[in-house]
Amino acid sequence: MLAFILRRLLQSIAVLLTVGLVAFSLFRYVGDPINAMVGQDTPAQEREALREKLGLNDSPPVQFVRFIANAAQGKFGLSYRTSEPVGSMIVERMPATLELSFCAALFALLVGVPMGVYTGLYPNHWSSRLFQAVSLIGISLPTFLIGILLILVFAVWLHWLPSFGRGETVQIGWWTTNFLTVKGLQALILPSITLGLFQLTLLMRLVRSEMLEVMRTDYIKFARARGLSNRAVNFGHALKNTLVPVITVTGLQLGALIAFAIVTETVFAWPGVGQLFIQSVQFSDIPVMAAYLMLIGLLFVLINLTVDLLYFAVDPRLRAQGTARAAGH
Amino acid sequence: MYFNLRHTVALTALVCASAAFAPMANAKTFKWANSGDVSSMDPYARQETFLLTFTANIYDPLVRRNKELKLEPALATKWGQTSPTSWFFDLREGVKFSDGTPFTADDVIFSINRANGPGSNVNGNFSSMKEIKKINDHRVEVTTSVPDPLLADKWASISIMSKAWAEKNNAVQPADMIKNEENFATRNAMGTGPFMLKERRAGEKTILVANPTWWDKPEHNLTEVIFTPVPNAATRIAALKAGDIDMTYEVPPADTDNLKKDANIKVLEGPETRIVFLGFDQERDELVESNVKGKNPFKDKKVREAIHRSIDVDAIKRTVMRGQSFPTNLMVAPGINGYTKELDKRPALLKPEEAKKMLADAGYPNGFEVGMDCPNDRYVNDEKICQAVVSMLAKIGVKVNLRAQTRNLYFAKILRSTADGKPSNTSFYMLGWSPATTYDVHNVFEQIIQTPDVKAKKGLYNAGGYSSKKFDELSNAVEVETDKAKRDAMIREATKIYVDDFAYVPLHQQALVWASRKNIDLVQPADNSFPLRYVNIK
Repeated sequence: MLAFILRRLLQSIAVLLTVGLVAFSLFRYVGDPINAMVGQDTPAQEREALREKLGLNDSPPVQFVRFIANAAQGKFGLSYRTSEPVGSMIVERMPATLELSFCAALFALLVGVPMGVYTGLYPNHWSSRLFQAVSLIGISLPTFLIGILLILVFAVWLHWLPSFGRGETVQIGWWTTNFLTVKGLQALILPSITLGLFQLTLLMRLVRSEMLEVMRTDYIKFARARGLSNRAVNFGHALKNTLVPVITVTGLQLGALIAFAIVTETVFAWPGVGQLFIQSVQFSDIPVMAAYLMLIGLLFVLINLTVDLLYFAVDPRLRAQGTARAAGH
Repeated sequence: MYFNLRHTVALTALVCASAAFAPMANAKTFKWANSGDVSSMDPYARQETFLLTFTANIYDPLVRRNKELKLEPALATKWGQTSPTSWFFDLREGVKFSDGTPFTADDVIFSINRANGPGSNVNGNFSSMKEIKKINDHRVEVTTSVPDPLLADKWASISIMSKAWAEKNNAVQPADMIKNEENFATRNAMGTGPFMLKERRAGEKTILVANPTWWDKPEHNLTEVIFTPVPNAATRIAALKAGDIDMTYEVPPADTDNLKKDANIKVLEGPETRIVFLGFDQERDELVESNVKGKNPFKDKKVREAIHRSIDVDAIKRTVMRGQSFPTNLMVAPGINGYTKELDKRPALLKPEEAKKMLADAGYPNGFEVGMDCPNDRYVNDEKICQAVVSMLAKIGVKVNLRAQTRNLYFAKILRSTADGKPSNTSFYMLGWSPATTYDVHNVFEQIIQTPDVKAKKGLYNAGGYSSKKFDELSNAVEVETDKAKRDAMIREATKIYVDDFAYVPLHQQALVWASRKNIDLVQPADNSFPLRYVNIK
């Protein structure tokens, strides 16, 4: 078990270093950050001097090593766009993104899994067919369109919910939260639905097909033969055995939720890290882009690790076979 | 599931309890949005209209611009020149910064030196300054190395900061990119202006409150202003319709008709000082992108005239711009010093046969073919305007091959190198320009129309290399002439030269389109600034 985790951690570091190196070799194609930093009439020599001072003339690997060396000391530099420290910019915006992703994931799980179970148990019922049809919308409509439609209906026509932003937030230490005010909670609803709809559809379809699969197996038939209640069979035996793939997908999708929050954040002017990243790309703000990409890389690595560990908890066979099997992963 | 439901109920109860403590919204809170955030609260962080005019709500300049963009007294009550190379500013007495400290000449000297020092990006405004001296607490004098009639105009965009505040907070210089530490003035601001910064959350919202001790009598009735960046245009429009914001600018042209139908919304359209124009390569002996070999058709004034007089700007206004443009024949707009109204008349349009004959006389009886460069994300409807030009010129036998591309690629292609002044690779192009630093025609003369010369920093944006010796002489004289009557006469003469030469094809001023709720009264200056000091909520 310990060897497994260590091996995984080593792999993770290699993944992160690769992500960083690729990112740094791509930065030169997003445009010249100097243009965004200085006035139009700044002479060429001054531009060149600034470029030299910021180390933009060095090769990507050199820039990357310098970035890593500084990052290891907790220094991420100043943003080229706002001249604020990058570390605190990301930390300030992180709660917004995490809360949004969390709510979207919760929404997807709480609605998607029951819907999946239901459509799996009663595949031919008319309401299952309705769910299936509706879920097609979730999978086929692009996120920004769903967002705009929701804004149009619930903010412009019905005036029930705010059209953009985080509403009111409460500061707890360095964390700002939406959960403690009515306006904050209201502001969470539309973006969470927008962000979670795709995952909901995915989960529902996954649980449904797994359920259909499991319900055909012998042990379910035996369980029924033993006279167990429907509830015990459906949830105790069937659902539990569909969970391994569901956990994998949910875990990976949580990473996707945080990473793809970019579109939702842009549509709802949600002040999270995704929006920060988009603004930074427009200004070729290398320090922010580098820190963001490394952070997202780290997040995916951690989520993958957690998912692997969860397998041990859920699947008794893995526990029984121990590290030998895990090493072959 | 049940467990979660119980939690939700508990949470809701908690929420209701905390809502009771939420501050009551004030009746005069003005909420507005724009596509991007102000990049910094430091007024010298960037020479950019949005940053300069946003921070000008918190800081005052020595002289400020009024609704018509004319200079009026602010922190200086009187100013002027005592000789061609020296200026004085008499400072307003009894002014206090919003933290209660008095405003004196020391603050002015400090601010000018900070704005002209390392880390500042507004130092282009001080190229002529030699020295600034304090005469007494309420008078400063400036000497310049050359006569500079535009000093006060340039300084109207320079906010005055507090020396004591900057020193106390270790912000005597703007943020240094190399150092790994935050500069206090990046997120904080404290000035003498009509508003005070209450809360700054970069990228999220910026809250201002009215300054009760402002020296001027407020023309606004706001108590609080909340600014939020909303990057998505559709969301901004929806937020305005929903009443979540009171005002937004940068309204996409496609949305204006829809907004005008909304009874709760007011659409404001006014001319912007930016002129959109077409330029020709008149420098190379053979065009880079043309079927004419061995000579350059655009060097012939007759060809330029035929093209100029075949482009129907009113038709472009009607069709492409949906009425949102102001056709012109000059390279500067009304409101800019040096705009010469009597010369702003486009010559009569030619019939296609007449234009063809003019081209034939110039030696192109069958017309010719030329490439054209145009941005597709820089000016309002830029690509569509170019397409209209292509079809108008097709009628006179000039086949234009349009290349519309994104601004980064487009600018890289059409601008001449600032390092060695080598001409760009464009043959025929569209560009827009607004003299936003000085609000004076000389900026356009110097940057766009004078013969390119990298060392003298002239004609850097004259991509086609138009060159007139007489014009250059006049422009250089205008730069240092401090006698207004003489200067105006020279401006008029120079304007006539480029108009008669058909040096460029000015098309129009694009319209600024803003939208607000019906109950908002505001002023829309032509320089695309948004002064909060004129906003009223009814």
